Parts: sequence; structure tokens; C-alpha cells
Amino acid sequence: MSSPRLTALDALHRALGATMTDFAGWDMPLRYGSEREEHLAVRTKAGLFDLSHMGEITVSGPQAGELLDHALVGFISALGVLRARYTMICAEDGGILDDLIVYRTAEDEYMVVANASNAQVVLDALTARAEGFDAVVRDDRDAYALIAVQGPEANGILASVTDADLPGLKYYALLPATVAGKQVWLARTGYTGEDGFEIFSAPADAEHLWNALTEAGQGAGLVPCGLSCRDTLRLEAGMPLYGHELNTELTPFDAGLGRVVRFDKTTNGGAFVGRKALEQAAAEAETNPPRVLVGLVSEGRRVPRAEYAVVDAEGAPIGRITSGAPSPTLGKPIAIAYVDAAHATPGGTVAVDVRGKHEPVQVVALPFYKRAR
Amino acid sequence: MSNPQHLQFSKEHEWLTAAEGGVSTIGITAHAADALGDIVYVQLPEVGDTVTAGETCGELESTKSVSDLYSPATGEVVEVNQAVIDEPALVNSAPFEGGWLFKVRLDGEPADLLSADEYTALTGG
Repeated sequence: MSSPRLTALDALHRALGATMTDFAGWDMPLRYGSEREEHLAVRTKAGLFDLSHMGEITVSGPQAGELLDHALVGFISALGVLRARYTMICAEDGGILDDLIVYRTAEDEYMVVANASNAQVVLDALTARAEGFDAVVRDDRDAYALIAVQGPEANGILASVTDADLPGLKYYALLPATVAGKQVWLARTGYTGEDGFEIFSAPADAEHLWNALTEAGQGAGLVPCGLSCRDTLRLEAGMPLYGHELNTELTPFDAGLGRVVRFDKTTNGGAFVGRKALEQAAAEAETNPPRVLVGLVSEGRRVPRAEYAVVDAEGAPIGRITSGAPSPTLGKPIAIAYVDAAHATPGGTVAVDVRGKHEPVQVVALPFYKRAR
Repeated sequence: MSNPQHLQFSKEHEWLTAAEGGVSTIGITAHAADALGDIVYVQLPEVGDTVTAGETCGELESTKSVSDLYSPATGEVVEVNQAVIDEPALVNSAPFEGGWLFKVRLDGEPADLLSADEYTALTGG
């Protein structure tokens, strides 16, 4: 087992007293103090995250857009310059290899951001799928640190350290910007359900940026946040996490995310990796959906957790939890689960087998939390 | 948070007080509470139950995980802390005081326990 990789902010995390955890081969901050307090800070004020484990891959060249249209399920070449899109990369059989955000950084250049656990798989797949295209796939994992500022105060905090046009920076858009004197890619994206920004910088500039943002956020209630609250924030926002809601056994249609698959692409004659299998999956989801991804809310205090069985009134298994946690915002345990379509209607009551005891839970539509705009 | 000198400690990260009238108070250490993270659910033995040293007698659930609660002593449970059942965060905020878990009428002298200094050494200071 090789030693874990450290981000450019590692010394800072330790100085802040973070509890560290191994995450996809990286030593990452799990929490600095109470994960509940960190969660609530992001919902009500702002939080600062080190996300440098995320895997950046740059795709450039005259046919970069066509390559991504071929390699991913989205219609990437239709994306405007300086816009971003949530998409997926699938295997030939339609199984999800990873979910991604693609940023179009120039007319002929895109930055693909993969989950840390899948970055190598995505890099290898893109490299293999690039054959025959006039485009270059570059591993930029070590070229960027990634800091996120998330929460209702994020805009004000950032505005105090940059002259960038924040009012003009829309959700899922990005800008080349100067933040605290450093040249960065500034994106209005996130994984928390709040307004916020993700800042891609040179690793050497990360500490300066972190400190400048910390100082700028002092009066606004900004706190450093670990991966523990990132998970509960995304769970409340109903956002899938690879390895939990998404995996190679599932297609985007199984996960209720068929909208990311763009059969209407016009590039490459409409062909893309996985198309045939995904067309079948789409038809099946339409006529005979197997299981459906739903939200569950418990009135009890025990937490339905990943891998626990969902059962019906007779105790027969009807599904499986993929993620679960106590929700700081709702004050109740919540979970996401795949359940048989017959039991997927919001408002219904099912139960979760919590270590042998059947706890009643209510089926709800996702997300659990949506911010007021 | 330092480990109070007047307590004894188990390797499973519980503490217990010296017996008063044959009854000891039991809780989990600050080290354990910190490792678990925010505790959201506490399941304790019931009054009248018999607990056995080194065996599980309940569970502690935090944001991220569920952990078994081990009893550091053998005996009959004579009181449980309703305050931590109602407000599990007390275990995080005051593990050695208001976050105590239950009281046991000891059946014999508890064995294999550590002093505060030994426990501090065990948990890396």
C-alpha cells in the first residue's frame, strides 16, 4: 500500500487540527471540529473546502468537442465557451464509469473534472477513445489545487478578494479571474446545494488563496469544512455520489439521470460510446422501470445507512439504501435508496432494516433540501 | 480534553468512577467521542439489565458510523442518563460529566482497567 497523497494544503489542515481520513488514496480533512456545525455554516453562512483530490483532465485541439461527444454521454461540443455541464462517462454496456463536470475553458479546450476514485479510469478511457480524433488528452491532476467556497455568504466573501464580474458569473459558468492576486479558474459550481464557487489554482498558490479567503470570510462566519459535511450537504441536496448511487452496474437511466444522455447529438453522426445499450436502457426505464431512486425520511432517531435493506410491511426486501445520514437541516435521519417501482411513490411508508429492527420511513421526492433563490 | 485522574479507563475507551456505595458511573472518553464525531443517537442498557465487562451493552451512532458500547464493568444497571438519550451531543460536549451514560451496581472488582496516565499513553497523549 503506497502512502496517501497529500494536497498542497496539507500542512494547513494539520495546523487547523483537522481529523484526516483516507479518501481514494488521498489524505483529506474529514472535519475540523463538529461536522454538524460545518454543515450548518454552509447552509446559513459559508464554508471553505479543499477539494484538491478531484481529478482534472484537459482535452484540447480542433476536435476536442467531437472527442468528448464521442467519449461522454452529453452533447459537450454544444456547450458555450466558459460554461460548465454535469455529465457522465459510460462503458460500452451503458454502465456508469464516472459522473463528471466538464468546463469549456476555450473554443478548443475543455477541463474534465472526475471523482478522485475514478480519475485514472476516466483518463484511460478518454485517452483510448481519443484515437482518430485531432485532440490531446492531458493528465492535469497535479496541475491544479481546488478550493471551494460554498454558502449564502460565498458571493460577498469572494467579491472582497476579486474584481471578477461575479454578478455576471452564472450557475455552471466559469471565468479566468484574479483572486487575491492569483490567476485562477473561477467557477460557479458546487456539490452542496448552495450558491458557491470552485477555484482551480496552481497548487503553489493554494495556501495563499486559502488564507486570503479565510481572512475575507472572518466577519461573515466562514469556517473550514471537511468531507464529512460535504457528504451530508450533497445528500440533503439529493446529489448522487459515485460508488453509492452510481456504479458500473447501473446506467444513467437506472439512476433517474437519463436526462444527461443526449441521443440528439449531431456530431460523429450521433454515435457515442454506449449509445446502443443506453437506448435499450432508456426504453426499459420508460416501460418497465426496475428500481427507482427515492428519498427516505425517518421519524425515528436511528440512521438508515448505505447497504441496509428497505423492506415492505411484511418485511420482504424491496430495495437497498445507497446513502444515509442524520440530516442537520431537517433534524431527522434521511437516506437515498433504490426501491422497487411499486413502492417508489412519494408519501408512501416503507421500512428500513436497521440492524434487525424495522424502522418505518416515509418515501419522499428528492431533493430533501432546496435553497430559496 | 485531558483524562480526569480520578477515573479508571478501559481499552475500549470507556471510563468509570470509583464505586460509591457499590455503584460506579460509566461513560465514554473524550478521545472516543472525538473519534466518533457528532453523536446523534445513544442506545443504552435498561435499568435492571445485567452488563458484563468487555461485552457490548448498547450502541452509539454518529454522523458517519455506528459503534458498539462496551461495559467496562460487570453488574446491574441502576440508572441511565436520560439527558444523553434526549440530547446525544452531550457526549461530545461533556464526555466526563453531563455526558455520562449509565450507573452500575458492581458485581466484584472491575479488572484490566487503566489509570488516566496509562490511558493517555494508550491513546497517544
